[in-house]
Amino acid sequence: MLRDITIGQYYQTDSVIHRLDPRVKLMGTLIFIITLFLGKSVWLYLGVTVFLAAVIKLSKVPVKFIVKGLKAVVILILFSVIFNLFLTEGTPVFHIWKLTVTKEGIYLAAFMMVRLIFLIMGSSLMTLTTTPTHLTDGLEKGLGFLKVFHVPVHEIAMMMSIALRFIPILIEETDKIMKAQMARGADFESGNLMKRAKAMIPILVPLFISAFRRANELAMAMEARCYHGSEGRTKMKPLRYGKNDKIAYLVLAGYLIVMIGINTALGGRVI
Amino acid sequence: MGIVKAKDLTFEYIRRDEEGNVEGITTAVDHVNMDIQPGEFIAILGHNGSGKSTFAKHINALLFPTEGTILVDGLDTSDEDNVMDVRQRAGMVFQNPDNQIICTLVEEEVGFGPENIGVPTEEIWERVAASLKAVGMYQYRKASPNKLSGGQKQRVAIAGIVAMKPKCIILDEPTAMLDPHGRADVMRVLHELNRKEGVTVILITHYMEEVIDADRVFVMDEGKVVMEGTPRQIFSRVEELKQLRLDVPQVTELAYELSRSGVPIRSGILTNQELIDELMKLK
Amino acid sequence: MSIIVDNISYTYEIGTGFEKQALKNVKCVINDGDFIGLIGHTGSGKSTFIQHLNGLVKATSGTIYFNGMDIYDKDFDMKMLRSKVGLVFQYPEHQLFETDIFKDVCFGPKNLGLPKMEVELRAFEALRLVGLDENLYYQSPFDLSGGQKRRVAIAGVLAMRPDVLILDEPTAGLDPKGRDEILDSIKDLKEKTGITVILVSHSMEDVAKYVNRIMVMNDGVLMYDDTPKHIFAGYRELEQIGLAAPQVTYIMNDLKNAGFAVDVNAITVEEARQSILKNLQGIHGKA
Repeated sequence: MLRDITIGQYYQTDSVIHRLDPRVKLMGTLIFIITLFLGKSVWLYLGVTVFLAAVIKLSKVPVKFIVKGLKAVVILILFSVIFNLFLTEGTPVFHIWKLTVTKEGIYLAAFMMVRLIFLIMGSSLMTLTTTPTHLTDGLEKGLGFLKVFHVPVHEIAMMMSIALRFIPILIEETDKIMKAQMARGADFESGNLMKRAKAMIPILVPLFISAFRRANELAMAMEARCYHGSEGRTKMKPLRYGKNDKIAYLVLAGYLIVMIGINTALGGRVI
Repeated sequence: MGIVKAKDLTFEYIRRDEEGNVEGITTAVDHVNMDIQPGEFIAILGHNGSGKSTFAKHINALLFPTEGTILVDGLDTSDEDNVMDVRQRAGMVFQNPDNQIICTLVEEEVGFGPENIGVPTEEIWERVAASLKAVGMYQYRKASPNKLSGGQKQRVAIAGIVAMKPKCIILDEPTAMLDPHGRADVMRVLHELNRKEGVTVILITHYMEEVIDADRVFVMDEGKVVMEGTPRQIFSRVEELKQLRLDVPQVTELAYELSRSGVPIRSGILTNQELIDELMKLK
Repeated sequence: MSIIVDNISYTYEIGTGFEKQALKNVKCVINDGDFIGLIGHTGSGKSTFIQHLNGLVKATSGTIYFNGMDIYDKDFDMKMLRSKVGLVFQYPEHQLFETDIFKDVCFGPKNLGLPKMEVELRAFEALRLVGLDENLYYQSPFDLSGGQKRRVAIAGVLAMRPDVLILDEPTAGLDPKGRDEILDSIKDLKEKTGITVILVSHSMEDVAKYVNRIMVMNDGVLMYDDTPKHIFAGYRELEQIGLAAPQVTYIMNDLKNAGFAVDVNAITVEEARQSILKNLQGIHGKA
């Protein structure tokens, strides 16, 4: 199950999309989401589909890999479909047991499904083509203007990247502690919910202690290497816009304008 | 002038019980005097709790003396304005390889220190490449630290310090968690840095094999320096070392045991060849 | 009463493209009362192997018999196996979680479903076996020194009264004093209870000093399984797979090459001393 989640994973390959500045990709994702929620027209969705397909093609990430990411949220999608299908009022089409399916319900369910699927595909595409460090760099610089409002942007970005580094270490550690407790006869699989929750204590306590110890040592190691926040700090890999990034921004702007144009022209009609 | 100069360095901390009441005062470092010259390879030996790690943290301005002074490259660490300079000039490598690596890529990890001290971008790249080559980890520059062995991680940590161009590197039991291969690699890198770049190395350890090639050895116990001298001088005092429950290399121990059994062998044997030469005289 | 390892192999992450064969056709018999040293460099399969012995990892092929029972049988009692084959992991102090030492040591026997009296009796016995000061029993395990914490963790496994005790690098990260204390209490324990011990170690000097049988693993294969003297006599083969003999072995070989008729099979300082003394007396006796 944990392995199926592709959101947040990075797919290593070399493509135009991979090489884009992370800020462009963040902005692109934002624009993509906006267009996704602009309206309910089929034409609009056709446009979104073409855009998404083109980006996926350019990213060289196998479609199979992106679709796999949907597995983790399949239940969420199903829920939304069922809710919309049965709970939307309007012209009845047919009945199942006590529930009525309406024409509006079918439309809404279909749109919600497409929206959710596209939303997840679009956002996982960003993480699939951007390394965690790049992503945090992009966030730090892209949200840099928030510093004016005393938002500790650099610190938040640093925290994110440290979390990303330690997640695999802590997963491995959990596995080790679990095995060590199993060697002492611990049982995590049988019993009711209460008993199972209690059985987690011998794992969670050592895990927390270890996480705190690591945090403590890491903080000291950072201090020892002259870390003192963002003040006077230079960058090994500063973000600089290249030619491709400028082109990408133009493409994004064009895409947004076209989509808004379609939406206004259709004036809320579905087809 | 000495690179590290400790004068009557004392560090005390207050022990408290669970309610926060004062239980007593522990003197972790007790009037330590040390004068380390640039380019020396120094080893500090002692048990856990002997005060050696606490002392080491003073050199990097992570702790400050309760009494006495410590000068690093002439800078008094107690002066707040000196802290960043002290940390840049005296870099520190810790015991646990995992808990001192901050970044998700090897090259970024090595660049972390230079970034903090405001080195220009171009120069960071030069320094990163040079330091990774110096520790033999250049081909791993694009790798994730999680994929490396313990010894490789420690070499990356050393490169991270070297990239800050320190005059002195302090290593707090850098090999304690490594296998024999990792240990040998780390030791080789340290001696190379010391010899080729002239970096002062202060190695804190309890492995005797790592001490033999040092220029000078300090033995600490209960916060005090109890022995000081060349490795040969130190290992001539097997009885004292044993009382401190420290090891000696097997060849030194064997020579010592033989001399106790009445074989006339000089003290302070450090290598197999020395033992053979001594025994040859008796033949 | 023994463990028979019958041709086991183990492959990691089958079907992910990152497959790695960690164990290849390992066969051996672990007898009652053995004191085994398991050596091999990092990644040789030692840790994977010992986790098979108490059923934490299941072999991809082959099987293991514990006292004649196939541990992969459907109705085999795994919990019993885990209590009979006690496994102490590397840095075992990281598994401590209770508010006091005594409670932590009770965790194992409690999991076996024993009555309270019996649980506490075993905990006391285990703590006494590892030689921990009685005044400490009701203190928090987190206030202890590294070596003490580790002894508490070992007691936590001993409290299940295992027949076999496996220790994965029990001295890693300890100073010489802590190391000697741990190894001496294991030796003591062995002498008092006759328990079978498997000691995974990187230190040839430690292995030479304590065990009576050595297994050498390399690249997932059990390469050698013999007495320490035989294993270290083949130090050139050990070097080829990235291992070495104790320093004494090299001293004795150097001496022999220099013309001293000493016993090259001496593997401890004491044995070396006696052999050299004998040789010197021989020389002077003639003269």
